[in-house]
Amino acid sequence: MKFAVIVFPGSNCDVDMFHAIKDALGEEVEYVWHSADNLDEYDGILLPGGFSYGDYLRCGAIARFSNVMAEVVKAAEAGKPVLGVCNGFQILLEAGLLPGAMRRNDGLKFICRNVELQVANNETMFTTSYEANETITVPIAHGEGNYYCDEATLAELKENKQIVFTYAGTNPNGSLEDIAGITNKQGNVLGMMPHPERAVDELLGSTDGLKIFQSIVKNWRETHVVTA
Amino acid sequence: MLLQLEPNPEMIKSERIYAEMGLSDSEFAMVEKILGRLPNYTETGLFSVMWSEHCSYKNSKPILKKFPITGEKVLQGPGEGAGIVDIGDNQAVVFKIESHNHPSAIEPYQGAATGVGGIIRDVFSMGARPIAMLNSLRFGELDNDRVKYLFKEVVAGIAGYGNCIGIPTVGGEVQFDPSYEGNPLVNAMCVGLINHEDIKKGQAHGVGNTVMYVGAKTGRDGIHGATFASEELSEDSDEKRPAVQVGDPFMEKLLLEACLELIQSDALVGIQDMGAAGLTSSSAEMASKAGSGIMMNLDLVPQRETGMTAYEMMLSESQERMLIVVKKGREQEIVDLFTKYDLEAVAVGEVTDDKNLTLYHQGQIVAQVPVDALAEDAPVYHKPSSEPQRFRDFQAMEPKVPAVTDYKETLLALLQQPTIASKEWVYDQYDYMVRTNTVIAPGSDAAVVRVRGTNKALAMTTDCNSRYLYLDPETGGKIAVAEAARNIICSGAEPLAITDCLNFGNPEKPEIFWQLEKAADGMSDACRTLSTPVIGGNVSLYNETNGEAVYPTPVVGMVGLVKDVKHITTQSFKNEGDFIYVVGEAKPEFGGSELQKLTEGEIFGRAPEIDLDVEQARQQQILAAIQAGLIKSAHDVAEGGLAVALSESLFGEKALGASVTVTGEAVTALFSETQSRFLISVSPENQAAFEATVKDAVQIGTVTNDATLRISSEETTLVEANVQELQTAWKGAIPCLLK
Repeated sequence: MKFAVIVFPGSNCDVDMFHAIKDALGEEVEYVWHSADNLDEYDGILLPGGFSYGDYLRCGAIARFSNVMAEVVKAAEAGKPVLGVCNGFQILLEAGLLPGAMRRNDGLKFICRNVELQVANNETMFTTSYEANETITVPIAHGEGNYYCDEATLAELKENKQIVFTYAGTNPNGSLEDIAGITNKQGNVLGMMPHPERAVDELLGSTDGLKIFQSIVKNWRETHVVTA
Repeated sequence: MLLQLEPNPEMIKSERIYAEMGLSDSEFAMVEKILGRLPNYTETGLFSVMWSEHCSYKNSKPILKKFPITGEKVLQGPGEGAGIVDIGDNQAVVFKIESHNHPSAIEPYQGAATGVGGIIRDVFSMGARPIAMLNSLRFGELDNDRVKYLFKEVVAGIAGYGNCIGIPTVGGEVQFDPSYEGNPLVNAMCVGLINHEDIKKGQAHGVGNTVMYVGAKTGRDGIHGATFASEELSEDSDEKRPAVQVGDPFMEKLLLEACLELIQSDALVGIQDMGAAGLTSSSAEMASKAGSGIMMNLDLVPQRETGMTAYEMMLSESQERMLIVVKKGREQEIVDLFTKYDLEAVAVGEVTDDKNLTLYHQGQIVAQVPVDALAEDAPVYHKPSSEPQRFRDFQAMEPKVPAVTDYKETLLALLQQPTIASKEWVYDQYDYMVRTNTVIAPGSDAAVVRVRGTNKALAMTTDCNSRYLYLDPETGGKIAVAEAARNIICSGAEPLAITDCLNFGNPEKPEIFWQLEKAADGMSDACRTLSTPVIGGNVSLYNETNGEAVYPTPVVGMVGLVKDVKHITTQSFKNEGDFIYVVGEAKPEFGGSELQKLTEGEIFGRAPEIDLDVEQARQQQILAAIQAGLIKSAHDVAEGGLAVALSESLFGEKALGASVTVTGEAVTALFSETQSRFLISVSPENQAAFEATVKDAVQIGTVTNDATLRISSEETTLVEANVQELQTAWKGAIPCLLK
C-alpha cells in the first residue's frame, strides 16, 4: 500500500507521519508538496499536523485552498482512506470533507500531553484492529481542538456512528461530547486531534496509535486482491 | 515625499548625538580616528550598534578568555553562529544558548518568541537541522500580578514560536526570586544535528560573489535593539517598546526549510543570521571573517515600509532574515529555491577586496567603513573589580542548621516552593514531542532525544542555581557546571560540552565585574575537570532595574551523548524491592538552600562546598554503572536535599513507595544541599556489582509497593507521607499561585 503525506507550508508533523508509515508500519510512503495536482498513484492520503500557513486567519482555512486539496477531495470521493491529524483534521473541516468546526481549547492554552481515548467505533476502516471500547493512550498537542457542531449534525454523527474516538479521562479541550475524532458518513475520511503517529514506538512510550495504520492496511488489502 | 532630515557629521559631534546611540566620547573619538573624518549619521549608527556590549563583548572579552574552548571532539568553538561537537558516525551536534531578557521585560510574549526564533536561526545558519529547544527562565516571586503576567506571557511566547515552527521544547528550568522581579531572564537554547560535510560558516569569500538577502522584509522594528540590550532597565524602558521585534514563526519555518535545502547547494559560499544589529552585523562579520569587503545597494533590500533611510535599514532587527553569499552567476538557482517556499531571495550586493562595508542608497554612497573596525576593533575594557563586603561577611558566618519541628510539613512546604514544584503547567504548553524523537520528556533530570536511524541519543539540560552564585560566585559557578553534568550523567549520557549565557548586572560596577570574574573562574575550573569545553554562548549584562542587579546567573546549557538508547535512565524508581542508595554524605550546608529560604526568608552564609575531583570520580563511576546495566534509576540530590529527591523519584507512573533510614542529624540528612550527591536505585541481583563500581554508594533502604514515603532515623520515624499527598502538593503549587 502506498501512502501520500501532504506537506503544506507550515506542516510540521509530516516527518513523524512519514516515519510512522515507513519505519513502524513498513509500508511505502512519499511526501507530496501542496502544489501537486495528481494523487492517483496513492492508496491512502495523510494530512499531517502542524501550523499550515501559520494558522493565520483560522486553522486550516488557507491550506484548504491549496492546489492539492481538489485531489484530496477526489480521493475521498473515490473511497480512498483519508486521515487528517490535528491541523490535518482542521483542514478537513475547512474543506467540508468533515462536518463541524474547531474552537480554541477551553483553557485558551496549547496543551501537549498523553491522553486516554476510547475507541467509540471499532468498525471503521481505521479502527478494526482495536477492541470495541478499548482505551488507548495517544498524545495530543494543540491549541484549537475544541470540536463543535450543531445539534442536527451531532445527531447525524451519532446515528451514523461517525464518532470514532472520544476522550476517556478528563476532556482536555472542552470538545462537544468529548469528541476526539470523527469520520465522514462514508467512513473513509477520519479527522482526529490526537496524534497516532506519535504513538508507534515503544521507546517513545506508546504504540497504541499503530493500530490505526494497521487497520487501514488490513482493510485495504481485503478490498484489493493482489494479482501476482 | 517625506524628507528625512538627519543630523550632519558636525552636529553629531557637537551635540553628542552619538551618546544617545550608546557611544562614549572616547569611542566616538576612536571612530573619528579610524575613519580619518567625522562619521555621518548612518556610520555613527553602524559603530554604535557593532560596538555595543551585545555585539562586541567589549566588557566581557577578558572574562570569556578564561573559558577552555578546545577539546578533541570540538569541531567549532565560539565565534560562529553556534558551536559544534562531534558525536561519531560523521554526525555532530550543534548548540547555543542566548538571552532575550530586556525585550521580554518590556513585551514578554514577543520578547520570548523572538528569542526562540533568533537562536533557531543561529543553529540552522550553521547548516544544522534544529532538533530540540530548551530554555532557562527567571522571574520574581509569583506574588504579584506583574510577575504572573510576565511568567504567563513568556511561556506563551516560547510555546507560540516553538510549537508553530515544529521544534520540540524538551527541557529547561524556571526559578523564582525577588532579584528578578523587574528584570526577568529569558534564555533560549537550540540543539541541532548536522553531518560533518554540511557545516557552513558565515564568511563572505570570493571577490565578485553575490550577496543575497533572503527571508522576511525589513521594517522599522527593533532598531537599536542591541543597544537597548546593553543598558540597564529603568522606568523609561517602556518607551523602548518599539525596539522589541515581532516574530513570525511561520515565516521562519519556511526560511528554515529553504535554508536547509540551500545548504546542499554548491552555489552557497556563506550564510549568516541577521540577528542583533541585523544587516550591519551579518555583512560586517561575514566580510571581516573572510578578510574581504562587502558592497550593498540598499535600494534593493526588500522593505516592508516606505521611505526607510539607510540608517533604519541597517539597524533594523526585523526577524526571520538571513544574509547569504553565493557564487556569481548562480543567483537564479537560489531565487528559484526560495520561490518554492514563497520567500524572497534578492541580490543586494557583492563581495569586494577593499575590506570596507560600502553602502549605496538612492545612487549615493551613504556609508563606507572598514569591516574590521566594526567587527573586530571595538575597544576592550578591563573594568575594575572589587570583592564586596557582603561576600566577606557571608564567608565569615558559621554554618547554621535551620530549625525544623515537623519534617513532613517541611517537606510538603519545600515541594510547594515554586522553584522545586512541578513545572508541568509550563511544559504542558510546549509541544515537546513533535519530530517523534523525544525519549525523555520534560520533568526528569535531563531531556533525551534520540538520533533517528542510529542507536545514539542526545541528553540535554540547562542549569544554574544563582543563589549559590550570589553567596559565592566562584563556588556557584563550579556548581552550575557540575550540576548540569550530574543531570546529563543521570540520564545515561557522557557530557560533551557546554554553551553558557552569562546574565549579570552592570559590569561598570566593580562588585558586579568581580562576580563575573569569579563565576567564570569557577565555571572554567569545572569545565576543565569535567572535560566539557565551552563551545559558545552569550553575555547579557546590565540586568538591573532601577540600580538593583539580578543574582549572578551564568546559565549552563549542556549536551551529552547517549551511546546506546539502552542506557537511557530516568529519576523514577522502577520496581518494588529495588535497593535505594545515596552517593555522598550530607553535611550541614544550608547557605542558599531552599530550606534556608523557606525558614529564614532570605539567603546568607557560605554556599555548599564542591570538590571537583570527587564530583568527576562519582560521575564517571555512575555512568559506568549505568552503561553496565546496573542502575534502575538515577537522580541528583539538589534543591531541597534528599527528602525532595526521594519524593521526586516516587512521582513516576507507578504507585511505588520508599522506606529509607538516614543517619546523623535529621535536618541535615533530609534537606542539606551538599553537592556531588546522587540518589540511585538498583535491583537486588546487581547489588554487588553496583557497589563495586560506585565506591561511595551507601544503601539506605528499598523501594516499596505501598505508595508511602517513609524516612526514619535510627531511633524514630522522621517522615511518613502518602506519595499522592506529596505529589498533589508538588503538582498543584504553581497553578495555585497563578490563580
